[in-house]
Amino acid sequence: MIALTRPGLSCAVFAAFVLPAMVGTAQAATLDDIRAADELKCGINTGLAGFANTDDAGNWVGFDVDYCKALAAAVLGDSGKVQYVSLTGKNRFPALQAGEIEVLARNTTWTLSRDVDLGLTFVGVNYYDGQGFIGPKSLGISSAGELDGASVCIQTGTTTELNLADFFRTNNITYEPVPIETNSEARAAYEAERCDVYTSDASGLAATRATFDNPNDHVILPEIISKEPLGPLVRHGDDQWADIARWVLNALISAEELGVTQANVEALAQTDGGSDNPEIQRMLGSAGSMGKMLGLDADWAARAIKAVGNYGEIFARHLGPDTRLGLERGLNALYTDGGILYSPPFR
Amino acid sequence: MAAPSRTRIQQISDLWTDERLRGIAFQLLVITSLALFFTFIIWNTATNLKHAGLASGYGFLQDAASFDINQRLIDYDSTSSYGRAFLVGGLNTVLVAVLGIAAATAIGFLVGLMRLSSNFLVGRIASLYVELTRNIPLLLQIIFWWVIILTMPRVRDSISVGDVLFLNNRGIRMPQPILEDTFQFVLALIVAGSIGTFFLARWARKRHELTGQTFPVGWSAIGLIFGLPGLSMLFLGLPISLEIPLQGKFNFAGGFNVTPELIALWLALSLYTGAFISEVVRSGILAVDKGQIEAARAVGLPPGLRTRKIILPQALRVIIPPLTNQYLNLTKNSSLAVVIGYQDIVSIGETVLNQSGQALEVISIYMAFYLTLSLLTSVLMNWYNQRTALVRER
Repeated sequence: MIALTRPGLSCAVFAAFVLPAMVGTAQAATLDDIRAADELKCGINTGLAGFANTDDAGNWVGFDVDYCKALAAAVLGDSGKVQYVSLTGKNRFPALQAGEIEVLARNTTWTLSRDVDLGLTFVGVNYYDGQGFIGPKSLGISSAGELDGASVCIQTGTTTELNLADFFRTNNITYEPVPIETNSEARAAYEAERCDVYTSDASGLAATRATFDNPNDHVILPEIISKEPLGPLVRHGDDQWADIARWVLNALISAEELGVTQANVEALAQTDGGSDNPEIQRMLGSAGSMGKMLGLDADWAARAIKAVGNYGEIFARHLGPDTRLGLERGLNALYTDGGILYSPPFR
Repeated sequence: MAAPSRTRIQQISDLWTDERLRGIAFQLLVITSLALFFTFIIWNTATNLKHAGLASGYGFLQDAASFDINQRLIDYDSTSSYGRAFLVGGLNTVLVAVLGIAAATAIGFLVGLMRLSSNFLVGRIASLYVELTRNIPLLLQIIFWWVIILTMPRVRDSISVGDVLFLNNRGIRMPQPILEDTFQFVLALIVAGSIGTFFLARWARKRHELTGQTFPVGWSAIGLIFGLPGLSMLFLGLPISLEIPLQGKFNFAGGFNVTPELIALWLALSLYTGAFISEVVRSGILAVDKGQIEAARAVGLPPGLRTRKIILPQALRVIIPPLTNQYLNLTKNSSLAVVIGYQDIVSIGETVLNQSGQALEVISIYMAFYLTLSLLTSVLMNWYNQRTALVRER
């Protein structure tokens, strides 16, 4: 019996802690679950300026947070009915797989293995990003190719770790990786010069630089060493829910293209005297039955836009040139404005 | 008809009152329900994994890891497999555990003796240390030492020790010994010297028991293990050279680096566990019969010999079992390394988990690893415990 108890005990601990997390992954209709709970559980970053952080009043705000709000508005009719679950780079996927959250909007890069092997479905891209480096101006480096022998701070559990290894390998230069668990600790290590440069998604670097005492003492190197299409994702197995998540995102992008804003959406959605553009009519539900096809009511998109505005408004509010991050639209401009943001038609 | 049914009832009641049979029945019941429970758990997990479309199994260990590790005791690069990455992480855990156990034991014995000192100042200092370290959470201590090390001079203002050793907030950069082929001869001599010392010590002990004559084993051991190989190195023309670190654009090139993460983790683990060990040592020494010490004093043994030959051997009997617990704690506590980014098995495992998504498998590897390490430590310490216990019975 003694020989049995020790492995037995660890198995029991295993069973008690790990397995219950796996049991919730049945293929129930996610939409029904959300309606029954009257709350959307949305996974976000633990704290990244511009994307998801708390304001002075302790409320979550940011680019990813607004997507959660839009989705809640479309599904539950109230953008406040969101339970935010802040997740690290490491626990975000298990949380989604285990059903602790219904959607993950946390600067997550769309890759094949995540889309296929992890049993997840990316519903689109809400930010086209790429991995870059930030370093002190005093180092006098102008290119990432000059980083031979450098110490590089890096957040663990992200694709950046893999890109970094690939970049130094292909350029045949050496480096010392300094892995850090969270963005704030990585920042502390970088500021203490534990490492020479810090690498992350370029948007994240801009967000981090904005929080430095002297942002101008730090320079973001010109190289972008990877493609990082960031987007929201859901579990495999419920296509209806994936469709809803996808088309809420598309509605926000199309709204910008069609000139629908937070201010004018109510007027445009009127059945009489509203917009006479048929695509706007279909999207906002004054014509056609797109809401019904998704399993929602007719004003789903109008409510989402009313809650947070269109893509351009969300971007300007949290990331744009008037914010601390000061990011240009770049690739994230509409395809009509020289970017690659392109929503399929509402038809 | 009545008679046999009465006996049947009697038989059943006999079975029930038979303590041995009842015991077996209950054990069977417990084992069956345990087996059913685990079968259900495993079936349930397998079904749900299948539903979620997740692959399970350990095949992923052969896939390329594609990430780098900054502290490697064996060859590893980003093209190595996940399995290899786990091995690197496991060795890093073992490294910090072994270093920590050695330092914590030394600190523990020293402080334990200091606390018993009749010198007021020495005793107070020891008490202060014990109360301070064991009452602050280990996690905070690890972060504390890490932050302290980060405030060391930056790499471009390194403290240089004789232009060969450099201290900065990226660790300690040391010269690396480069061994030439003929060094193998020296290694062979060291091994031979160690084996020779082992037999010499056995012979000396036997002779001491038989005749009472002593033999300077310590000095002979130094001569055999260090002296002879050292002499042979002079004859071979020093088959060993040092690679001196050189300041590069970003870091030092050459030599080898002890990372701040290792130093911080090692310091925190040793100081924290050392405080507990000192209490174990103190209790062990206090458990030695006062008459023994008085008798040793009466036969005129000097204080040093008294501690070494009379007090410690008897105290060890009491010290070793709780000491084993502290060793196990230290090993398991090393998994807190992840907060400061020391790349132990948990830190690397989490990266693997994130890249491969094999949560159950990675966690089962953690558990198997710590279980094996702990059982190994226990086996070793139990063996040592038995040896010291035997001495008592003789």
